[in-house]
Amino acid sequence: MQKAQFHQGVSPYLFVAPQVLIILVFFIWPAGQAIYQSFLLEDAFGLHSEFVGFLNYRDIFSDPEYLDTAVFTLLFAATVTFFSLTIALLLAVQANSVIRGAGSYKTLLMWAYAIAPPAAGLMGNLMFSPLIGDFYALINASGIDFNHHQNGSDAIFVIVLIAVWKQISINFIFFLSGLQGISNSVTEAARIDCPSTIKRFWTITFPLLAPTTFFLLVINTTYAFFDTFGIIDVTTRGGPGASTNTLIYKVYKDGFLGADLGSSSAQSVILMFLVLALTVFQFRFIEKKVHY
Amino acid sequence: MANIELHNVRKSYANGVEAIKGVDLQVADKELIVIVGPSGCGKSTLLRMIAGLETVSSGNLMLDGQIINHLEPAERDIAMVFQNYALYPHMSVFNNMAYGLKNRKVPKTEIEQRVIEAAKILELDQLLDRKPSQLSGGQRQRVAMGRAIVRKPKLFLFDEPLSNLDARLRGQMRIEIKQLQRNLATTAVYVTHDQVEAMTLGDRLIVMNQGKAEQIGTPSELYNKPASLFVAGFLGSPTINVLEGSLGKSGFEAESGHKLDRRKFPYSGKASLAIRPEDLHIVPVGQEDFRLRINMIEELGSETLAIGTVENSAQKLTVRLPKKTSLSEGALLSVKLDYKHSHLFDDHGKRLEPEKVEHRQQYSAIA
Repeated sequence: MQKAQFHQGVSPYLFVAPQVLIILVFFIWPAGQAIYQSFLLEDAFGLHSEFVGFLNYRDIFSDPEYLDTAVFTLLFAATVTFFSLTIALLLAVQANSVIRGAGSYKTLLMWAYAIAPPAAGLMGNLMFSPLIGDFYALINASGIDFNHHQNGSDAIFVIVLIAVWKQISINFIFFLSGLQGISNSVTEAARIDCPSTIKRFWTITFPLLAPTTFFLLVINTTYAFFDTFGIIDVTTRGGPGASTNTLIYKVYKDGFLGADLGSSSAQSVILMFLVLALTVFQFRFIEKKVHY
Repeated sequence: MANIELHNVRKSYANGVEAIKGVDLQVADKELIVIVGPSGCGKSTLLRMIAGLETVSSGNLMLDGQIINHLEPAERDIAMVFQNYALYPHMSVFNNMAYGLKNRKVPKTEIEQRVIEAAKILELDQLLDRKPSQLSGGQRQRVAMGRAIVRKPKLFLFDEPLSNLDARLRGQMRIEIKQLQRNLATTAVYVTHDQVEAMTLGDRLIVMNQGKAEQIGTPSELYNKPASLFVAGFLGSPTINVLEGSLGKSGFEAESGHKLDRRKFPYSGKASLAIRPEDLHIVPVGQEDFRLRINMIEELGSETLAIGTVENSAQKLTVRLPKKTSLSEGALLSVKLDYKHSHLFDDHGKRLEPEKVEHRQQYSAIA
């Protein structure tokens, strides 16, 4: 090894600098700010703040509404992740076996990925709108009393639907490329070894897709926790009542609408650790079962 | 106990390409038949049709007298060894071999017994817990074989199983496959593009060319009596010598003007004469059919090949000489053809048989 390689002056640091700067400005600094703010109590006009230690955290954990929100968020994330993964997998398996017109199927299924979450939320909101929504008319015409502005479970249904629909396309792309990565001869060997298509899927295809599935599980969990904000904000605003309030939406509501920056910051810190813990859990316990 | 029959089996694709243009074949019980041919001849397609991985466009596939055209691969009671082994990467060696049995609801104890038995035969017993990625090419090949063996199928199908191995291992595995197939007494169909593999392994060969069976027969039949110029050129190393020319009443006359075969054939017109390098003999000056200017000498240890050009023509020929010779490049060789071993083919490459002179004489004597 020649040590001379490492005497390159400042240029390597300059190359890395933009990336480091972005991380510092947009991730580390705000995270630090959030942690700092979470120990402060500020008056409603933002004129005065005082250090209160863990008071904000204590308040949050003793607030039954926060607990409800946390439980709802976990269930919401689990539901969205589960359905967006399974439906995408189903579609990918079907598209993979299509021989004629495969290209157009794939393109059509990928389109939804280009739509921003708020736009998807807006579309969903209009479709289910009591004033002009076709789906609203359809569901009510079939005898079910449906109104996502008034009924909590209806509202949950709508945001889950939109969130799942929005995420299916990206999952589909990954699953499809995962499926196409499985060697043809392995699939053929399985056709000779196993008569049942369904069993073949679970014993050969699914295990070989595990790396993709695991990656998507992590991505979809964070999506359900954070990126669904846009959908909720446009569709239900956490309502009716607090029925579709997720943790991230509550952070926004309490901080920017309720002007309680201290509590909002504390909540975002908790959320950060929650998602971190979930991700660590996924890597520790689920990744072990993945064969790369 | 299994025999397989193909009756005018054809395969055509939606785009109109005909991959298999009608193949008839009978494979007897316990027979090892090798399908051989150049790439694109349809040999793998034919095998995959027998396996059920490709549909049969027309004709009948029969296993033990029953038509199996529409059976799923898993319902055919066959086992296949793939070119790239096609092991399940997420399963251990044991599970790779046991998978087919598990899906057929074989009792657990029997599965274990059969896998361990097969592993012993293939010397895999130390590797049962490994994943395919931890095995060498030769070991993977054995696992693929093991996966086929444990099933005790009616029919083994091999799709160029040795082509990914290095030359030494290939020679070794070739012998093992043949012994294994004999010991297990299971009917087998083996596809390869390697003519040495085909000749050494097969009880019978089927030489394919452009979707058709050029010839079906034992290795010696194919070698000694090739039915077409294609078969003659495909089998044998070094490649058979082919001389273009014409057949007339006085026999075969090469383009170079040499009269080479004086036998009578029921054909006249453009023809080719093919002769193997070992059937060209060096003779004292004056007795030769033609003289050969040597361009190159290839010493292979047990034999020597002389590659040269027929004097006063552009015709290239290879002559096989025993062991070492003192010949050098540029020398002139006097060469004589062994008529008994020359093969004549008509304009379309079909084999021509000489008229049987003795029979005629007998008949005329009686008359």
